[in-house]
Amino acid sequence: MDLSFDLLGNAIVSGLLLGGFYAAVTIGVSISFGMLDVVNIAHPAFIVLGSYIAYMANAQLGIDPILASIVVMPAFYLLGVVIYHIYDVSFERRGDASIRGLAFFFGILFISEVALVLIFGVDYRLVSAPYIGPSLHLGVVELPLRLLVPCLVALLMTALLQVYMSRTFIGRAIQAVAQDPLALRLMAADPTRIKRIAFGLSIATASVAGAILIVIQPVEPSIARDYIGRIFAICVMGGLGSFSGTVVAAMTLGIVESLTSTFYGPSWSPAVAFGFLLVTLAVRPAGLFGRI
Amino acid sequence: MRNLWFSAVAVVVAALVFAAARLIGNPYVYFAGYVVLQYVVLATAWNILGGYTGYVNFGTAAFFALGAYATVVLHKIAPATPLPAMMLVGGVLSALTGLGMGYLTLRLRGTFFSIATLAMAVVVQTLVTNWNFVGGSRGAYIIRPSHAPLFSGDYTQYLFLVMLGLCVVAIGIARAIEKSRLGFGFAAIRDDEHAAEASGVPTLRLKLIATALSGGLMGMAGAPLPYYVTYLDPASGFNLSYAVNTIAMPLIGGTSTWAGPLIGAVLLGTLQQVATVTISSALSLLIVGVLLVIFVIAAPRGIVGWFRR
Repeated sequence: MDLSFDLLGNAIVSGLLLGGFYAAVTIGVSISFGMLDVVNIAHPAFIVLGSYIAYMANAQLGIDPILASIVVMPAFYLLGVVIYHIYDVSFERRGDASIRGLAFFFGILFISEVALVLIFGVDYRLVSAPYIGPSLHLGVVELPLRLLVPCLVALLMTALLQVYMSRTFIGRAIQAVAQDPLALRLMAADPTRIKRIAFGLSIATASVAGAILIVIQPVEPSIARDYIGRIFAICVMGGLGSFSGTVVAAMTLGIVESLTSTFYGPSWSPAVAFGFLLVTLAVRPAGLFGRI
Repeated sequence: MRNLWFSAVAVVVAALVFAAARLIGNPYVYFAGYVVLQYVVLATAWNILGGYTGYVNFGTAAFFALGAYATVVLHKIAPATPLPAMMLVGGVLSALTGLGMGYLTLRLRGTFFSIATLAMAVVVQTLVTNWNFVGGSRGAYIIRPSHAPLFSGDYTQYLFLVMLGLCVVAIGIARAIEKSRLGFGFAAIRDDEHAAEASGVPTLRLKLIATALSGGLMGMAGAPLPYYVTYLDPASGFNLSYAVNTIAMPLIGGTSTWAGPLIGAVLLGTLQQVATVTISSALSLLIVGVLLVIFVIAAPRGIVGWFRR
């Protein structure tokens, strides 16, 4: 194989940018699965929902998709709070969260996909924004703005969440809640309330992640499934709940996927994430930066 | 002795079902009935791992499609192979896949296994889509023989009969497990894996047995599919609705006994067949999703649970 240096450089750069986007997609699961131990496999469905809302705002009102997603974040937060409340009452308090909780989220994933198909059909939808199209050129390396802007937004969101988690009382309580709810109670914080807030936050990130997704690629309802493997691979490899680990794992996966699709063809890239996941689970289930 | 009695009753019931279908004489009965029976097998197979052992498998579509694609390959290499032999090959292939997957992920927490099965469906689909020998993303055509072997009738009738037989086998296996040492081991894992391990239950080995059995039965259920649809492409073989249905049916019927998946599959399968004809197929899937969520929240023990208070 003729390994062209330009091609390699470009593949690595676009992999890094793609990785930033993957971090935004995964960060919500890092909160729900990593910190709260709630296996929200429906997270990609909320992301696709976010994509469709950004699409509606863009197509009907001409608003920038990312701006629109930030505006609807509170609504996603409330949605997350409601879903966590149902989950808590039906499963966590009864103490059988495992099978039925998983089936519950799987049902939500499926319902939202079918509902989107019924409303919007199976056509691919896309948005228009000034940064979709042009690219920056740094020497031979090309930086497409449609990847650069999402990457920067994603990193900003991750950094803000990191600050929130480490500097505020509620943020620290969220990190503690899965490890020791009793100690949290002694600190005068209600574990259920903390979890509800955290789950709301995790769903709120899906709004922005969805807008970024539709900026990067056209979206159709069943696309959520392709992201489940990626999201959980990144989350597990990043060490469940570590934000910096999530970003590093996301960028690693982005680069490997980008190289695979450059040199072997894009139809192989879904298999990469799964390979990552299996190797991680088999060799080092605590993740690259895990504390377990 | 009781197992023998049960098998005899099951065979008689199956014979009655087939006789009834012959009496009705409408070819659509076989066509729709085949799908319902296929779901009975899938739901029962899922329940061996999910209901008895407590490990959720989201990758039904992968095991099922592996069986189907094994048939596509065999049909190309050795078209004269009888269908039951093809089913055996598909079953063994899926069982081995389940064994390998299980070996890598079953030593960890149950959720990791579930996530891995979900991702596995995507990967096996990627592999098949990129494999030109079985048609790649274009799909493969299978020419269905026009007449059933062994008795006079349409080939669909033969497929129906074969699937009916597989139902009897799957339910027989599930019931036998339930009453055996193996079943008690599975239940111990489901209720408290650490305690089971501590009291000497070989948990990993039992989980691997459950995964292989469950995956194998799913593969066998998938093997006749190419002959049924005559055109198989990855998007339909790996359809997510297989995974949703096979999870919804046992959970709605009740996961603790062999009767749960049977009841769930017959009810939901028939409901879907009716809804597909009368309303639309997308809406019938929506009904399944909504029913799954409602049952999981409101009736955690399923329909069987209503009668066992």
